[in-house]
Amino acid sequence: MVVLERALPTRAGRSVDRVSVPSGVALKRLLGRPALYVVIALWMVCTLGPYVVMALTSVTPESQLVAYGMSRLPSQLSLRGYAELFSTTPFVHYMVNSAVTALGTVVFALVVASAAAISLSRFRFRGRTTVLTALLVAQLFPAVLLVIPLSTMLRSGHLLNSRPGLVLVYVTFATPFATYLLKGFLDGLPRELDEAATVDGCSPMQMVGHILVPLLRPGLTAAGTYIFIFSWNEFLYALTFTSSTAAQTIPVGLQLFIGDYEIRWDLLTAGGVIAAVPVLVGFMLVQKQLIGGLAAGAVKG
Amino acid sequence: MTSLTAAGPARRKRRLDLTVPLFLSPTLLLLLVFVAYPFLRAIWLSFTDTSLLGGTLGFVGLDNFRSLFADPSFPTYLRNSVAWTVGGVGLQLVFGVAGALILNQRFRLRGVVRGLAMIPWATPSVLVALIWMWLLDPNHGLVNAVLTRVGLMHSPVAWFGNPHSALATLVVVDAWQGIPFFAVMVLAALQAVPEELKESARTDGCGVLRVFRYITVPSILPTVLITLVLRLIWTANYIDLAYVLTGGGPGIASTTVPLQSYLTAYKEGALGSGAGYAVVQALVLAVLVAIYIRLTQRREA
Repeated sequence: MVVLERALPTRAGRSVDRVSVPSGVALKRLLGRPALYVVIALWMVCTLGPYVVMALTSVTPESQLVAYGMSRLPSQLSLRGYAELFSTTPFVHYMVNSAVTALGTVVFALVVASAAAISLSRFRFRGRTTVLTALLVAQLFPAVLLVIPLSTMLRSGHLLNSRPGLVLVYVTFATPFATYLLKGFLDGLPRELDEAATVDGCSPMQMVGHILVPLLRPGLTAAGTYIFIFSWNEFLYALTFTSSTAAQTIPVGLQLFIGDYEIRWDLLTAGGVIAAVPVLVGFMLVQKQLIGGLAAGAVKG
Repeated sequence: MTSLTAAGPARRKRRLDLTVPLFLSPTLLLLLVFVAYPFLRAIWLSFTDTSLLGGTLGFVGLDNFRSLFADPSFPTYLRNSVAWTVGGVGLQLVFGVAGALILNQRFRLRGVVRGLAMIPWATPSVLVALIWMWLLDPNHGLVNAVLTRVGLMHSPVAWFGNPHSALATLVVVDAWQGIPFFAVMVLAALQAVPEELKESARTDGCGVLRVFRYITVPSILPTVLITLVLRLIWTANYIDLAYVLTGGGPGIASTTVPLQSYLTAYKEGALGSGAGYAVVQALVLAVLVAIYIRLTQRREA
């Protein structure tokens, strides 16, 4: 924001700009380094502040929250929100469902997506561009359009309110992007490797198994994390396709809590902290590869 | 020896033919069963009066669409959809580009900051809703407490409870969550701007702003456009925040077309009519999807 504010007046007087700004000036010099750090600090406060408030709220005694909200720092730490979350609510069930669903989706979607990525990256065949476009379009369908027929389909397949049903749907919607991510990664591996393997007498299957899959491991980590984040966070399908603690995931549970425990913010935020930790830890571990892949996947097509 | 080399390519070719179908079929099967078929079925449903409880499955022709367009609330849903999408993506564009320019500077802990900045992207939508519900709570929320204390407001505001502020507040929360992704996409494009080009422009006497205008802007423009269209599609379909935070209210003050589709289908139990709203949504978005495909494929070619 500051960038724009500072840039606009200068652009108005271009002659001033040319005189006062010598050649080879970077944006940071226009801003000045202290200003740059102030902007970054502000940004970080706006981004991370809400999470800090959430974490603090979860360890603030309920009585203090009722009296003052978060306008005061907690006078003492209390873990009662967490204790109650586990003892009086079905939160453990939600956690198990989320973990099982997300991990199941990771395993299946990785297999499906890496197979697709290998064929799209390593083989040329008729209809290849069509498949690439289909993958792209599949991600752009409105969830609200597909959710209605999917719920009737899952009902006739007796897969409503079941973790396998949820996994099937998640694998479908995580696969296109995971495929792009892995394809981008494979495209970066030198083709000479598989050509050499083929010349040495490897069958395509052996080439894939012995050469590509081991090299693909970092890509699989990034794609797996993306799939995990996607399924762990997904809300609309889970909300629609699950109806009991047998399959409800954490986002659905949290949404139910918002209605049921409206004034118990210690409890709600405790649930929030637990919901956030796995995805944020996973994300920070592979953020570099994931961010690179995200950008390439959505833009290159 | 000779026979081996002669047999090699022929054998390889036959195997190739099997590898690609084998590797691609899981993905294609999933897309057919869980995307293409539901898509067609949603269109079919929109011409029926199917109810959630599996009631009548009668063909009613265009009745759903007729009553949908005759509904006096429909213009409000449309207006809300436009305001939500344009507002949210507009903020993401401005702050996302500014953020990318900042993240592209050289500063200490840059790698960590880039990762931390992306955290809202990896956060479950329900959790984003929960965090902001608490921060913006009329009685105990930190935002109201701070704003009244510094004198910007006289009394606490019910951000989501007021029909004039509900949608705007949702837009701001959406921007908070969406800016990081936009920034990272643009950052990837900025990193691809050849440094030599900027350097030679500078030696030719171009100031910061002219380098930005004539070198940086043209090179990142395709990515910005693609990201913009992608975000428009995503945001237009994104109903999680509104569903959890306002339920479309107060009244219908924050109900968008896709949200109304979902509420009609699952709160009123009218699947056919809900599918009608979703089909209208998909038709409008088809234009954007076409533009997106056009842009990405031109990029690849």
